[in-house]
This record gives sequence, structure tokens and C-alpha cells, in this order.
Amino acid sequence: MSEQAQIIGWTREQMASRLAQDIPNGSYVNLGIGIPELVTRFVPDGHTLIYHTENGLLGMGPSPKEGEGDPELINAGKRQVSANPGAAYFHHADSFSMIRGGHIDLCVLGAMQVAQNGDLANWSTGKPGAIPAVGGAMDLVAGVKSVFVITQHCTKENEPKLVERCTFPLTGLGVITRVYTDLAVIDITDAGFQLIELCPGVEFAYVQERTGAELLPIA
Amino acid sequence: MINKQIESAAEAVKDVFDGATIMIGGFGEAGSPIELIHALIDQGAKDLTIASNNTGSGEVGLAALLKAERVSKVICSFPRTANSTVFPDLYNSGKIELELVPQGTLAERIRAGGAGIPAFYTPAAVGTPLAEGKESRTFEGQDYLMEYGLKADFALVKGRSADTHGNVVYSKTARNFGPIMAMAARISIVQVNEVVDPGAIDPEIVVTPGIFIDRVVQVATPVHESDLVAAGVSYP
Repeated sequence: MSEQAQIIGWTREQMASRLAQDIPNGSYVNLGIGIPELVTRFVPDGHTLIYHTENGLLGMGPSPKEGEGDPELINAGKRQVSANPGAAYFHHADSFSMIRGGHIDLCVLGAMQVAQNGDLANWSTGKPGAIPAVGGAMDLVAGVKSVFVITQHCTKENEPKLVERCTFPLTGLGVITRVYTDLAVIDITDAGFQLIELCPGVEFAYVQERTGAELLPIA
Repeated sequence: MINKQIESAAEAVKDVFDGATIMIGGFGEAGSPIELIHALIDQGAKDLTIASNNTGSGEVGLAALLKAERVSKVICSFPRTANSTVFPDLYNSGKIELELVPQGTLAERIRAGGAGIPAFYTPAAVGTPLAEGKESRTFEGQDYLMEYGLKADFALVKGRSADTHGNVVYSKTARNFGPIMAMAARISIVQVNEVVDPGAIDPEIVVTPGIFIDRVVQVATPVHESDLVAAGVSYP
């Protein structure tokens, strides 16, 4: 097989760009660490999103140039960021009141596993010796109105991440509404994984083969 | 005349006792009161319970306190960092106890502790391993877990400015846990870049009212944890 033929599906940037098209203008959005952070680069022209970072900033702006940042102005990934005009700082209990109180419109997270009923596992493999660390993920999925996952369709070992039931320790029960992968956009419905869109050039059977539960085709 | 200013960090922490519960502000290095933590290491109290979001970086600040084996338990949401093995080594060798708490639950437990609320219900962690052993209750069809308010003997926090009455303003995202920890501790100690006279801070912008602060220490140019870690410093 040529190298060209092995490259199939969206890049990380294309995944982030695809997701960014679906965020309503004016939304208050919390982005997780990793691929979710790329979403900011692809917000459609004319749209303004207000980014929340749970360590106490609403109106987060881009990372400053190397050497121009402030160690006391960081995001949840502990990376230096900036504050946009109209930003606000607040303490942790207020920040999580925004989250738990249903004031944040959308949260975008990475995942280890997503189940067909919307269960999410994204904080621990449960392996002995691993240091457990949960951060704000459990509060975010419990309180934010809409929670999207953005992730590679399969693990590095080619195991499906979209599964019938999560085998890793859960982050939340039935909390995910939509998944964006390198292969497809998939909604979580009462009937299970509902395909919404295939990456151009990707066949339904190819995605089904790499999904650990039934994938419902576009009607 | 009220004057809460204390001469030095060493003087401010001198009565911390063995077995004390201490809340330490900060999210990563932002808001970590590193000079107060180093003074606590020098002071020598041990068998401490520390409530803090993280477990420190490198071998300075909070990580140095852990490395000195002064801490028997941490209450924490994210005890991993890219550049420190201090906590993982202690944890894996069974030398330290971890109470892992979702970040928002940790914040609300501290707020509740300071607000006279003994317990509350939260939807976070329902159905997860962190729900094990916790009382649950259903309100309007949704399940919630009961969590207890958290109090401390001492709080160590970092602000930008304070007046001698203990009114504090913070710096950007270094505010994080500072205001709620100041409420939840019996003795709350804040280090600030500058101490000013009463009246110098507009009452409209005070973040932590002085009633929650017991001691104010001036550290005019606090070190940044990341600079010390980059320089390979190991405290003491």
C-alpha cells in the first residue's frame, strides 16, 4: 500500500474546523486540552465566542508570543494565554458555578472512550500504578448544557474509542451529545450512534468496522 | 488600630502545628504562595494535611514540602504534572494518602466550609468511581452526591495587594482558590507584593474582605515557580 493510500480521514485541524462550524455565534465555550484547543483557530468569520477557562477567566484570548506572557495569566492546561477586551477574572467557586449552574453553553473534550448511551471515560485507564487525576472534567460534563467530544476514531493501537459500554473508569453518565472524529461526525441518540456526516472519501463500512457498536447510517 | 501586617513569612507561619490541615492556593504556579511554603518548610511542622488543586512542580514550593516528607495526606483534583516526580514517587511507595476530588467539588467544599454549610449536593461524579461510598439523593429526577464542606487550620494564599486591614486584590488567574481558602481557614495568611494603608484600595474592587484574612506578609518580588524549576533549584 502506498503511503498516500494510508492517509484517510480528516487531520486534527480539519476536525477542529468541522466542529467550529457547529458552534452558535455568541456561545460561552469551555475547551479541553489538546485537539479541543485547536477549535479557536477555525471560528467562522463574523462569529464571536466567549471562552471560559475553569481556573478563573471568561474571555480568554490567544497565547502571547514566547517571553511576552504572564505566569499569572494561564489556561486550564497551565499554558500562558491573554485576556480579550471584555474579559473577567473570578475565583474557583464562581468559575464552577458557571459550569455546574448550566451557564456555559458548550464544552469540547477529548476522550478515551465514548459509549453509545453517551457515557464518557476520559480521566483514567484504571491501570495500577497510574496516578489518578481528574481535574474539572466531572464537573464540566455534569453541568455544561452541551458536551462535544473531539477525538481520533481509534486509539494508537487501533482499538475503537466509540464502544457499546466504556471499560475505563467513567467521567460521567450519558453526558455526550456529539462526537467529531477523523472519520465522521456522530450524534448520540436514544437509538445509539447516529452517523451525521462522513469525511469525504471515507465509506460507511470503513467507519462501522472501526466502531465498537452499531452505527446507524444517515437516513 | 488594626494592623494585620506581619514582619516576615517565617513569623507568619511560626505557629503551624504538627497534624494541621492547611489549604494552599494556586493553580499550577499561578497563585502558589511559594515564599510562605518555603517558610513552612523551614519551620518544620509535619504530618500535615494539604488541600490544594495540584501537587507542585520540580522540587520547589509545594513539591518541596512534599519531598521533605512533611505531608501525610493531600486533598487534590490533579496531582500530576509534566515536570515533577515528587508526588508520584511518594504515592507509589505508599508514603502519602490522596483524596482525589473533582475540581469544582473541591472549590465548593472549600466555599461551603467557609460559609458555614456542612454539606451540599452536586451532580459531579455521579456514576463514577469517585461516587463510591458517598450518600446520594435524587432531586427533580436527577441524581446528586452529598459532599462535605472543608475547613482548615491555616490557609496560605497569594495576592497582589492588601491593606493592613487584610482587604486583598489578586492578580489575574492567580486568584483561583485564594478567596475561598481565605474564608475556610481559622488562620488565613496572605502574601502580597505590596501592603498599603487602609483607604488605598477602592472598596468597590476588594475581592477578599479583610474579615477573612488574619495575617498579611509583604513579598515585594515573589519568585516564579517555573523560573526556579527551569534553573534546577531544589529547596531548601
